[in-house]
Amino acid sequence: MEADETSTVAGDSEKQTQMLASIEAGLAADSAQNSGLLVQMTGITKRFGSFTANDSINLGVERGQIHALLGENGAGKSTLMKILNGLLRPDEGEIVWNGEAVQFESPQDAAKLGISMVFQHFSLFENMSVLDNIAVALPGSIRQNGFNLGRLSKRIEEVGEAYGLALSPHRPVYSLSAGERQRIEIIRALLRDPKLLVLDEPTSVLTPQEADALFVTLEQLAQKGCGLLYISHKLDEVQRLCSKATILRGGKLVGECDPRKEDVRSLAAMMVGSHVPEVRSPALHKIGDVRLEVEALTLPAPDPHAKSLNHIMLSVHGGEVLGIAGIAGNGQSELFAALSGETLAPQARTILIDTMPVGQLDIESRRALGAAFIPEQRLGHGAVPGMALSDNLVLSRHGTDRLDRYGMVNFRRARRLSDDVISKFDVRISGKNPVASSLSGGNLQKFVVGREILARPGVLVVDQPTWGVDAGAAVAIRQALINLAAQGAAVLVISQDLDELFSISDRMAVLHEGSLSAALPTGQVTRETIGLMMAGSEVDDAA
Amino acid sequence: MRLELVPRASVSPIARALSPVIAIVLAGLMAGLVIALMGRSPMAAFDIYIREPLGDSWALQEMGIKMIPLTLIATGLVYCFRANLWNIGAEGQYTMGAIVGAILPLATQGMELGRWLLVIALIMGAIGGAVYALIPSYLRVRLGVSEILSSLMLVYIAQLFLDYLVRGPWRDPKGFNFPQSVMFDTGSTLPILFEEGRLHAGLILAVVVVLASTVVLGWSLFGYAIKVIGSAPKAAGFSGFSASRISLMVFAISGGLAGLAGIVEVSGQIGQLKPSISAGYGFTAITVAFLGRLHPLGVVFGAFVVSLTAIGGENAQIMLKLPLDLTTCFQGFLLLCVLAADALTSSSIRVVRTPKKEA
Amino acid sequence: MDMTQAVLLTILTAATPLLLAALGELIVERAGVLNLGLEGMMATGAACGFAAATLTDSTGLGVVAAMLSAMLLASLFGFVTLTLGANQVASGLALTIVGLGLSGLIGAGFVGTSRTAVAGLQIEGLSDLPGFGKILFGQDPFVYAAWALTFASIVFLRWTRAGLIVRSVGENQTSAHAIGLPVLKIRFWAVLFGGACAGLAGAYLSLVYTPFWSPGMTAGRGWIALALVVFASWFPMRLLLGAILFGGATVLQLHAQAASLGLPSQLLSALPYLATLLALVLMSLGRRGGSAAPGSLGQSFVPDR
Repeated sequence: MEADETSTVAGDSEKQTQMLASIEAGLAADSAQNSGLLVQMTGITKRFGSFTANDSINLGVERGQIHALLGENGAGKSTLMKILNGLLRPDEGEIVWNGEAVQFESPQDAAKLGISMVFQHFSLFENMSVLDNIAVALPGSIRQNGFNLGRLSKRIEEVGEAYGLALSPHRPVYSLSAGERQRIEIIRALLRDPKLLVLDEPTSVLTPQEADALFVTLEQLAQKGCGLLYISHKLDEVQRLCSKATILRGGKLVGECDPRKEDVRSLAAMMVGSHVPEVRSPALHKIGDVRLEVEALTLPAPDPHAKSLNHIMLSVHGGEVLGIAGIAGNGQSELFAALSGETLAPQARTILIDTMPVGQLDIESRRALGAAFIPEQRLGHGAVPGMALSDNLVLSRHGTDRLDRYGMVNFRRARRLSDDVISKFDVRISGKNPVASSLSGGNLQKFVVGREILARPGVLVVDQPTWGVDAGAAVAIRQALINLAAQGAAVLVISQDLDELFSISDRMAVLHEGSLSAALPTGQVTRETIGLMMAGSEVDDAA
Repeated sequence: MRLELVPRASVSPIARALSPVIAIVLAGLMAGLVIALMGRSPMAAFDIYIREPLGDSWALQEMGIKMIPLTLIATGLVYCFRANLWNIGAEGQYTMGAIVGAILPLATQGMELGRWLLVIALIMGAIGGAVYALIPSYLRVRLGVSEILSSLMLVYIAQLFLDYLVRGPWRDPKGFNFPQSVMFDTGSTLPILFEEGRLHAGLILAVVVVLASTVVLGWSLFGYAIKVIGSAPKAAGFSGFSASRISLMVFAISGGLAGLAGIVEVSGQIGQLKPSISAGYGFTAITVAFLGRLHPLGVVFGAFVVSLTAIGGENAQIMLKLPLDLTTCFQGFLLLCVLAADALTSSSIRVVRTPKKEA
Repeated sequence: MDMTQAVLLTILTAATPLLLAALGELIVERAGVLNLGLEGMMATGAACGFAAATLTDSTGLGVVAAMLSAMLLASLFGFVTLTLGANQVASGLALTIVGLGLSGLIGAGFVGTSRTAVAGLQIEGLSDLPGFGKILFGQDPFVYAAWALTFASIVFLRWTRAGLIVRSVGENQTSAHAIGLPVLKIRFWAVLFGGACAGLAGAYLSLVYTPFWSPGMTAGRGWIALALVVFASWFPMRLLLGAILFGGATVLQLHAQAASLGLPSQLLSALPYLATLLALVLMSLGRRGGSAAPGSLGQSFVPDR
């Protein structure tokens, strides 16, 4: 369970209760009529401390149905799925499988019934082969099935062929792309002969073209009578694929419908609530001088699990947001580390901040020149989980904010600055100066972003600014980035979320296998061209 | 049925402060049980282990003497352990400190050169320990060698080196072939604090080290960096702290303090080099550091508890014929209890009844 | 029996306790747990084994007692680190201290007692074969057990589903949990196995190697065994090689002392420790880049429910 779930939706609880009652009545009628019901979850409630991730949720899936579970980040989708998979135990509610009440103590109990799950963050073993990765997840003891890796390897190839999921069984996982890794997860599930297959945001790591191939596989499965539960926040996918949708918001059930019969606008309204504002561009957008420039940056991969960077060229002007798209694992973290100075460039002149060569300077010296950085991983990189927020402020600002005098830290001043971040960026906290790990993902991200933006940087490099952040916080963060650029800063955003990049960037480039494409003005590119570039095809600069 | 850990939402400071006390009580009860099993009265043992030393000025002074090296070493270990680096070779650094610190006093023995020699000896001792601790640290930073194993191997090597010295080149020629060096001159001996007593000026050093470390670890950027590196190495890089430089520094400090403890013990307590100059202080200090919750002031408390049981153990050996190993056993168990109690302050334990499965 | 054969025989004997202890620890570490308490478990095993064998006059019961006592310590370690989630490094050190103290307590009554060492096999016709007869067919049962155990663990880790599961749990505990493997349970079993092996190694020391008990008789072998696991890059096959090399260093040192080469005896005594240090350095030099250690080694695991 990630600490990313948060409730931002104001509770107009009375209306919701009425709505729930009518939904429940409808469901009862449904299950009486329809014998195809595979699984029914009723009144599922799950709390983490004082936070309710799932509040009496009902969900039923039929055989052969592709059922969407829709919701923004933080709506409670993943929690509900982990409960269905036996990873989490619900505080209240029951699960009925094929008409019988069941209780799961572990994922293996769920697997025995035929529930398989494809995780958003893969549950793979990097240093082991594809074959081992699949073998270990298959049920049965040595005595029952025998442990015949040769036979299994053949089965993997058969299943792969039948569903268009090519994989070579003996390659180690760390050498595979994200798409190939997902195939392992899917084949794992298929070999278990699933009655219900749960997929958690499966397209988040795929190019649009790869996603199309996946949809074909999923439809094939549904035709064979397998129930599918498809978790997503992407409406177009759901409308294409699913015949039924359950919509969650802020941990509560807000509606059920046939997504093909609804228009996108009404679905979106249900999903995000009606009052989430859009990011708005500041009226004037002055583009200034180049403030961040990268000149032919080439870096070898530090270890076999990492990517090398090949001849990266980019420049970001003051007043501009440059977006870098790409699928996870194509060199994003390596590029971030090179820009921040956590990895040094081979020559000083490879990276320039305000025309100063900084390639050989460490992160603190780059901060002194007015740069700021926001890494992808909040807990453990951008913030220390067990430290209070004010102590976490010291992390990136000890050098630039007179926090460090004669080697001593002015913790009182750090506290004042941290309170400033908390109030200006609307960070919701319990207690006065809580530890970072006690904050929800969205709130901690707001703190980290606020910490950097209030340092008034001239150059900001940010990796995945809204990853796993709830909708409200995501909009606030994107707005803050745009506003910073409007004030004359150069902002570089690395993101895997195409919607995000289209909404905030002035120009976009694509990172693929450690190489960066030329940047194109956002108005001149389409999702299709970006998608092709993410998959590695050459696209003319003129396109 | 099984047990499950449930992380606590917030850790109360009272629970954190109380956890070592609970651990001591638990370990004490266990020890009482063992003593009862061995056919002695636990109450009498309690009297001898705890009550008598506390009421006896001689025993209190002996405790002070033991607390000096324990406090010095454990305070150094706090630097390492906070940075999540496992220097378990403090015993070797202590030995090296004693050896290097003794070079000048032994070489100039008989010349009565005066007090300045003592100062140089102490500095050399600290440097000896620091350099010896830099070996495992350098191997870790440069080559990724586990500091746990390398620092421990160096303990055996240092002890054998000392053994070689006092049986070979440094043996007192007039010492009837006993494996020991000549006695230090008074000039290079730490002064005694109270007349008629044995408590030496090493106590002042220990107090200074504890207070300085409290400030450094609590308020300085270096102390802050140590904490960040220990809990989130990637965040330390993000913060601009060099993990390898800090790793070398904490090892040097830790080894330096262990080395200082070594030469302090030799010049203040023993007065010469012998094959055994330590009562396992370097290892016991690990227990002390954790008992003190990795805080310099806590270390003083930890050193007090551990030396109390050590003095008590010696008394019990004489009066109840209880073996000294009982004290070792108790100290190890105490460390386990402290670690368990620590874990329980951040999580609570829940008993889960597994529902009966149908066949 | 010629000189080479005698030397080889002593090398194998010296390698056996290292091999046994390291083999247990290898499985423990493959499951992702670092148990530094090896030295303590070995010492307790040696003391309990000797005490039980002397009291019952049965080597077999001695071996069983040694294994059970070390397993008891291992389960204490498992409870503290796995059930309570305490720090593994510190808990392992604590276990060493407990084990050494406990061995002193248990062995106190047996200092100065000695037993006849467990005899080697004597197979008519085979054990007396010239050349390798004695080495192949004249060892004590422990040696055969250690070798059999080594090959069994090679097969276990490489070719069985259970071995694959152990490796997965050590490689990535989060993924293992997500696909439904009972991480803590598997680790507990591994820790118990490690304890049993350490106990066996201890029993070998006090029942075969030097058939008496003396305090501190493990002399850092537990730590050397820990280093051997690193040296072997967590592969049992290489462990065999490492144990023989270290057994060799020990024997070499003994022979050199006997031959009085004019070197200080302390230098020779330090040889195994110096060799360990050297081996650790060489392994790291040879690796370059990523570590061969199991991915989740030494990490606590607290699943949320």
